[in-house]
Order: sequence, then structure tokens, then C-alpha cells
Amino acid sequence: MLSMLRTIWTVFLHLFRRPVTVQYPEEKPYLPPRYRGRIILSRDPDGDERCVGCYLCSAACPVDCIALQAGEREDGRRYPEWFRINFSRCIFCGLCEEACPTYAIQLTPDFELCDFDRQSLVYEKKDLLIDGTGKYPGYNFYRVAGLAISGKDKGASENEDKPVDVKSLLP
Amino acid sequence: MATIYVDDRPYEVDPGKNLLEECLSRGLDLPYFCWHPALGSVGACRQCAVKQYRDENDQRGRIVMACMTPAMDGARISIRDKDAAQFRAGIIELLMSNHPHDCPVCDEGGECHLQDMTVMTGHNYRGYRFGKRTFRNQELGPFINHEMNRCITCYRCVRFYRDYADGKDLDAFASHNHVYFGRHEDGVLENEFSGNLVEVCPTGVFTDKTLKGHYTRKWDLQTAPSVCAHCSLGCNTIAGERYGQLRRILNRYNAEVNGYFLCDRGRFGYDFVNGDRRLRQPLLRGQPTGAPEALRRAAALLGRQSRIIGIGSPRASLEANFALRTLVGPRNFFSGMAAGEDHLVARMLRALRGARVRTPSLHEVESADAVFILGEDVTQTAPRLALAVRQAVKQAPRTEAMRLRIPRWDDAALREVMQQQKGPLYIATSGATKLDEVATASCRGAPDDVARLGFAVARALDDSAPEVAGLADGDRALAEAIAGALRAAERPVVISGSGSGGEAVIDAAAQVARALGRERTADLCFTAPECNSFGLGLLDAMNTSEAFQRVADGLVDAVVVLENDLYRRAPGAVVDAMLESAQVIAIDHSAHKTVEGAAVALPAGSFAETEGTLVSNEGRAQRFFQVFVPEGEVKPGWSWLMELAQAAGRNELATLASPDDLLAALARAVPVFAPLPEHLPTAAFRVNGEKVPRQSPRASGRTAVQADVTVHEPKPPADPDSPLAFSMEGYPQQPPSALITRFWAPGWNSVQSLNKFQSEVGGALTGGDPGVRLLEPGANGYAAYSEEIPVPFERRDGEFLVVPLYHIYGSEESSAAAPAVAERCPEPYAALNLEDARTLEVEEGALVEIEFDRALYRLPARLSAGMASGVIGVPMGIAVQGVDVPAWSPCRKV
Ligand code: SF4
Ligand code: SF4
Ligand code: SF4
Ligand code: SF4
Ligand code: FES
Repeated sequence: MLSMLRTIWTVFLHLFRRPVTVQYPEEKPYLPPRYRGRIILSRDPDGDERCVGCYLCSAACPVDCIALQAGEREDGRRYPEWFRINFSRCIFCGLCEEACPTYAIQLTPDFELCDFDRQSLVYEKKDLLIDGTGKYPGYNFYRVAGLAISGKDKGASENEDKPVDVKSLLP
Repeated sequence: MATIYVDDRPYEVDPGKNLLEECLSRGLDLPYFCWHPALGSVGACRQCAVKQYRDENDQRGRIVMACMTPAMDGARISIRDKDAAQFRAGIIELLMSNHPHDCPVCDEGGECHLQDMTVMTGHNYRGYRFGKRTFRNQELGPFINHEMNRCITCYRCVRFYRDYADGKDLDAFASHNHVYFGRHEDGVLENEFSGNLVEVCPTGVFTDKTLKGHYTRKWDLQTAPSVCAHCSLGCNTIAGERYGQLRRILNRYNAEVNGYFLCDRGRFGYDFVNGDRRLRQPLLRGQPTGAPEALRRAAALLGRQSRIIGIGSPRASLEANFALRTLVGPRNFFSGMAAGEDHLVARMLRALRGARVRTPSLHEVESADAVFILGEDVTQTAPRLALAVRQAVKQAPRTEAMRLRIPRWDDAALREVMQQQKGPLYIATSGATKLDEVATASCRGAPDDVARLGFAVARALDDSAPEVAGLADGDRALAEAIAGALRAAERPVVISGSGSGGEAVIDAAAQVARALGRERTADLCFTAPECNSFGLGLLDAMNTSEAFQRVADGLVDAVVVLENDLYRRAPGAVVDAMLESAQVIAIDHSAHKTVEGAAVALPAGSFAETEGTLVSNEGRAQRFFQVFVPEGEVKPGWSWLMELAQAAGRNELATLASPDDLLAALARAVPVFAPLPEHLPTAAFRVNGEKVPRQSPRASGRTAVQADVTVHEPKPPADPDSPLAFSMEGYPQQPPSALITRFWAPGWNSVQSLNKFQSEVGGALTGGDPGVRLLEPGANGYAAYSEEIPVPFERRDGEFLVVPLYHIYGSEESSAAAPAVAERCPEPYAALNLEDARTLEVEEGALVEIEFDRALYRLPARLSAGMASGVIGVPMGIAVQGVDVPAWSPCRKV
């Protein structure tokens, strides 16, 4: 009896609370930047593709919905020749983002992905690649990695010494 | 046997081994880098530290390198000890202080021993704040990619390349922490075994360049156990596929056959499978058509009343060949080998099935202590055998050094004692061979003279062998020396093969072995022309020339040609005539002239798209498995034959539906194959009721790969023909040795995980090495000495004897179609002795004209001090094909 009265009282009090219903879609909710929605591929600060085609995201994905083929450009950069995410399978777990060593793959706060046709939920690289750095503005993998690419020779990465002169025996 | 205590647990060990080997053999995890089971220990990396105690009361102990400490009886060590663990983590930390941030872009990633060991020791953050040392890379040719920043200075590469494979153009340069591993300058790595650097190097310094062209991580490759189809040795391989393309070949350890190493032809020759010469659709007189139409046309040619014959192939499986033999009947089945080839193979098999001789495995050749090679340039025709011979040469000095009580694994110490000493190796060939550099003596002569030397050696070994008349004194002395070395050796091996083209050479080699085998069976190793030549030889069919004859006699309406380019078996005019006068149905994986000229051509699967059994030069029958389901209308050869039979209303193949059925029928029909069905895994085989998966549990992209076509994932293809599945589902643990699809163990992602698959490190695979030996010495088989000793070779005026030469890259048909291998193919040439060149007044590169076997060739001359006088060497498959050599030919300067 007592508990019933308490319940009624609680419900009554709610009459005076502010409603939490959001008038979606007219009104958009605020989502934090780290919300896990539609996946994008970002670019590094120089404007080049960040993804190096390492296959770590596809290995991490629990539903196996990422497939790609790695390639190498003339200038020595690794990149995905093609990159596909099947969003009809994605569970937005964010493991791919966590696995990505280059900050290339990122989940965004865009969750509006409904479609009548499952086939149109298959995104190719052209649908995924954006023109910015996403959540991680500063990072540029090739400035850290030891691989030489055109414009960044051996020894020119962060924390690297000039290439060794193999013919010298001096310390 | 001795007992050691590891962390207070007793283990039975072999005192001849070191602690590291024994710990790994007992399944314990202990990190290491520089030790390699085939290369021994040098103690360079300091990674395998353990604590050793004097006795059970010793509390302090001292840190020792497990790989440099013998597993002595009563030894007490600790792997878990805090100091030892800290020491190992410290070593990794030092190694990593210069390591580049490369894993995402490194082809070794995911199968990297350095990654595995780093995780195993627990090191994770770089504490060193200063700059990283960097190096410039070298361009090392089409096979190997170089990324020197990743080196951890373990010295494995040079120890394999220089010490094991006797390569010259890779070395360690510079000093202190600048040590550099590479060539003295950019350029192609010359050694035939350079591809093994990919597996030997524990980091991503040396990686597979052909894989880089279509890069895939190890976990994404769909892999199956395969057998190399590029020479007769039958090295075991693991072939890997992704997205319908064959992407790489790795070594599949088999202690008896290839051990840890492959040759570069076997490793990099696979790309023909993806090549544009592949046949993916049936052709009608060269025009693409659908399978139903092609079958209808072919069936019309194969009607009940038409007289058909079948030409098989020494590069097709036993199953496919036997299907053809059954379809056309044994009396209408031809082996697909040219007459010359067929006779050579028959002679070799006769010798091997006789008494007193035994065919050794590659491993046995490796442990031989005296070798005599007759007429064969093994580096070019059976490359992995040359690597085995190079080990055999080190056998005698090593045994000598081990008398100083240096254990077998103590590589650095043994080498210090051995220096450049070499055991007995004698070579007699018509042209210079690469093995000459390690030979005690090598001599040059026309094939008949090579044979005469062999007969003379036999005579020197056994007085009851026939005398060689008219032998020069020098040759007699050499024969005596060779006989002496062979007699003194504990395990002598005689090597010969089809490479010289001379039947007498084969007889001579058999004669030497028989003479040697008077007391106990002698090892006689023959190399055959192709991967299944011995299989076809054992089928005992007629040769291709007889088939051509039968067609020419008008006794044939239709010919089924299985996986064979007849233009490589007979002169062009002969094949042209046959294609004119009979209707040809060609079944093959790639387009070539026979396919183009055929009335109907059907696309067969390559070794990666079918399964089957091959018989190696050792007489070992081994099964290779389908790696992936091919695109287009490609089907296994035997499957086409079954469909053909059905379409034509013939019932010969009606009761046979699978490769297992074919093998069982073959075993019934030809007694020598009787052991096969029992010993090779059949399709019904299951482990715990499950199939063995071809994909790793981590294979990715299952729901995305085909999503661009349809989001409804198709069911994975079924495989009714083998105990393997095209899936990641199945028996999750180690399969039986014949079905190993990849080497992987928890914590061991690299090829080093192989340790977990062996009964003991460097020993047989758990459960025994796969393959069935079909040739064992027959107690009362043929063993009489041959009396047919050829007369001495006499040079002729104006005429030369054309002898075959071979090249590892280019002479073998399918590998030559792989772009990386094609890049290493030499240009056509004709090799002449310097003296002969002077008489003909030709200079290096000048065109000479030779004419034999009804064809005229103009080839640039290559002057070689190593050619025998009076002969001209032509590279087979490069300058000429389909010719019957040795043959006499006029030779003119153009
Ligand atoms: S969010 Fe999760 S399910 Fe979606 S692609 Fe990434 S790893 Fe796969
Ligand atoms: S993990 Fe990142 S860099 Fe690697 S393939 Fe995926 S998106 Fe590209
Ligand atoms: S290149 Fe590889 S094998 Fe050679 S020393 Fe360096 S890490 Fe070792
Ligand atoms: S030696 Fe022969 S069988 Fe072995 S890998 Fe080389 S080509 Fe293949
Ligand atoms: S493995 Fe023992 S020191 Fe390198």
C-alpha cells in the first residue's frame, strides 16, 4: 500500500518536470564528438589519405564488414586501392577506430544511416574518405614512420638521425 | 638421454643439443633471434638468456645464453627467473630503441618474429628519448624488398646467404651500431635461394616483393598445403590466396624433403596462376565460347565409334592422367613425354627399381659425405638439390671438426675449425655449373665422355664391372680418385638425371651406384625433367612420338591433350601436321600454341585450383590441395574429362566421381601405386569430426568482400573432394602433418611457430613427414652391370654436338610465365668453348647458325671457358624447345 502511494506521488511530481523528449528530426540532439556513428576515412594534415592499408581495422572488426586492398603509390606511400565497409553489418563498436594505427578510420556522430535498400549501405572509399583530419588534427603517420616517401627522405622523420654512412668506420 | 631441470621440473633431453633447442622441443616458450634450427647458434643476439644454477642448493645462479649452453645431464635452469626475464626484456628494449614505427606499413607485420618476441618479453614503451639510427635501402631485384631500418643485427641473413647457401653478394658492412646488411651496391641478389631470406630474417628487412605487389596479411590468406610444381624435387609449399588471386608461396617444412628452404623458382614462380595467359573460358578454334557449347562440340568428336587417343602430361597430377588413361584406354594413352625424355625416365626408374641402389631423400643428400654428379647441372634443373649438395660438401669437414668435441649446433666454433675445407664433390658435365666452385674436381666432356668417366669409376670400385676401353691416363687417375673418395665415405651419393639428355650418362650413374652398393645399398639420386615425370614413368605409357606416328598413320580421329604444350615435346612441323590431321581437344590452364591450334580447348585449374598427387624424383608421392575456387569456367582436368565422357555418352569414367575414386582405381590398376589410397588423406578424413579450415580464425572481410555485388553473403563454397574447408570454421588445432594449412601457434605468429609442429626442433613433423615413398630397393630386381659403354666422343669437322643447357629461370614452362621470374630469364644464346669459337671466328654476341631436328636457329654466341670442346650448349625452353638433343648440327657464323 505504502509503495503504491509512493509511486503515485512520484508520478505526480513528474508533472512539474521539464519534458526530455526531443523533437527529432526537427530538432537535432547534441552528440559528443566521440559518439560512435557513421565511419569515415580521414586525411592527414598535408591533405593526403591517412589510411596505409594495414588491414588492422578489418582484422579487428568483429562482424568482418571491412574489406580493402592495400597498394603502394609511386611516391612510396601505402594506401588502400579500394576500401569497403558494409554498414548493413556494422555494429558501431568502434574497434576498427581503436585498432587503426594512423587515426585514418574514425567513427563520427552521424547516426542517420537508415535506408530501404540494404545494398545502398555498402560504402566504398569514395563514400568514406573526407577532406579533413577528423577528430585528430595533428597526426601524420609518415612523419613518425621510418618509411621514406617522396618529400620525406630517410632520417627526416621525427626523432630520426641522418642515414648512416655505411663506408665509415668512425663511431 | 639426459635430464635437465627447467624451473624445477625435470625433462628428458638429448645431451647433443643446446638448452634453447631442448626448451623449444619440450613446448616451452623462450624468446630467441639469432639461433636457427638449420643454421645453428652463434650467440649474437643475447635474447635467449636463462638463469643456470650449479645445483639445487645454488640460489644465486648466473645468466647464460640458452642457445650456447649444452643440455648437459643434471643442468638446472630457470626461464621464469626474474633476472633472466628482466635481461630478456632489456635486450628487446635495446633492439627496439632504433626500430622504426613501421608495423602498419611493414609486410612482416602480423607474422613477425620480432613482434612476437616483443610481446613475449612484455616490453612496450620506448624509454630511449634520442634519435633513431636510419639506413638507406637497396634495390635488390624482382624478388626481395629491402628495408634496412628494421634490422636487429641478428646476422641470420648473412649466415644463411653466405654460410649456408654459399652466396657471395650479401654481407655485413660497417661497424658498431651501424652494421648494415646488404650488397656492396644496388643490384639483383644473385643466389638461387635468396627468397629464403624472407623467412630467415626475423624482421621486415627482407620481404617478398611479389607479395608486396598484391599485399595481404598472413591472417587473411586462404592457404592450403601444396607441392611445388616447378621441378621434380617436390618441395612442400604453402600456397596462399586472397580475392581469387594466388598471392604467395611459403615453405612448408618436411624434414625428409625441403626442410626449411625453397629455391627462388619455387617461391616466386607462382604468379603465372594470375597471369594474362591463363585460360578462363573454353575456346573453339581459338574463339571464346561457353562450356555447354564447348562440351557439345567436344562430345561430337569423342563419339563411341571414333578412334581417340589421349596424351597425358608429366606436369599434370596422377589423378588427371589416370582419368585420361581410363577414358581412352591404356592402349590409347600416351605419357605426353617426348621420346627422348621418356627413354631417360624409363632408364632412371629401371635403375631405381633394381637391387643395390636406393633413392635418397633431399635430407639424406644433405647428410652425404661424398658426392659424385654426372651430367647434371643441378642448380639449374633441380635447384633445391644443389643447396643440399652444398651442405653435403660441408659434411666431411664438419664431422672432422666435431672430433674436437664441438657440438653440432655450435656453428661459429665449427666454422672456425672448418674454415674453407670442403668434402669430396666431383662433377662431370658438358658445361660449367655453379657447383664447380665447391667441387673437389670438375671435368668437362660431351655426354658420352661423361658417361665413360662414370663407367671408369664403377670399374675402379669393382673389378667385376666392365672395363672402359681406351681411357686416357688423366681420366683414369680422376676415376681412381673419385672411386677412392666414394669408397672412403660413409654415405656417398651419386647424382645424375635427365639434364644431359644422354642415356649412357644415366646408365653410368647407375653403374657407379651398383658398384658402390655391393656391400650395402648405395644412394642414387636422379633428377627428372618435370614435377610428375616419375609418376608418368611409373604409369608405363607410350611416348608422344608414338602418338604422332599413330596420327600420321591415319589411325586416329581425335586426340585429347591434357595439360601439355606439344610444341615443347616435338618439332613444330610435326605438331602442326598432327593438329591438321586429327581433331584435338586440349585441356590446360594457360594458352599456348597447342591450345590455340586445338579444335576445342577447355580451361583447367592450375596447381592452386585443383588437387592431385605428384611423384617426385625421390619416388615420393605427395598430395597438393586446392587453395581456392577459381573464377570463370576453370575446372580440374579430371573433372573436364568426366564431363567430356558423360557428354559423349561414354561410360568409362561413370563409376569415378572424385580424385579419391581415381586414386583408388589407379591403385588397383597399377600395382606400384597400391600404397597411395591408404597413405594419402582422403576427402572423408576428419579430425574430431571436423574439416581442417583453409582460413585463419582471424580472416577478415567476410561480410564485405562481395558486398559490392550483393549484401547477401553467399555460402562459402563446399569442398567435397578434400578434408579441407574453404572457411575459417573447422578443427581449430594442429591438423595431421599432411594437412598443415599454415604454421601458427598462440603467441607465435611468424613462421618460427614451426617449432610447435615438430616432434622435436629440426626433426620430423609431429605424426611423421607426409608423402609415401614408392621406390624402395628391390631385393632381386635388375642389378647387372651394363656392358654398353659408349665409345669416346670424337669431334667432327664443321659439325658440333648440340647439348642441352638449363636455367633456373626460364627453362621451366609455368614459372617462366611469372613476371618476377621472367625478369630473370636470360636471352637466347648458344654457348661455345673459347677454342671452338676461335676456329669458327665468332666473337661474343655474334650470331651463329645451327641446324638440327629439322629447324634452323640463329643465336648470339656466348663464349664460355667451361664448355666442353666440340659441343654447343643451347638453353632449353629459352632458345629452343621440342628438340631431341644431344644432336649433331652444322654451325656457321652468320
Ligand atoms: S565499428 Fe565495429 S563493426 Fe563497425 S566496422 Fe568498425 S569494427 Fe566493424
Ligand atoms: S587500420 Fe587504419 S590504416 Fe589500417 S587499413 Fe584500417 S583504416 Fe587503414
Ligand atoms: S637483416 Fe634481418 S636477418 Fe639480417 S641481421 Fe637484420 S634482422 Fe637479422
Ligand atoms: S627446388 Fe624444385 S621443387 Fe623445390 S622449390 Fe625449387 S623448383 Fe620447386
Ligand atoms: S638466440 Fe641465443 S643468443 Fe641469439
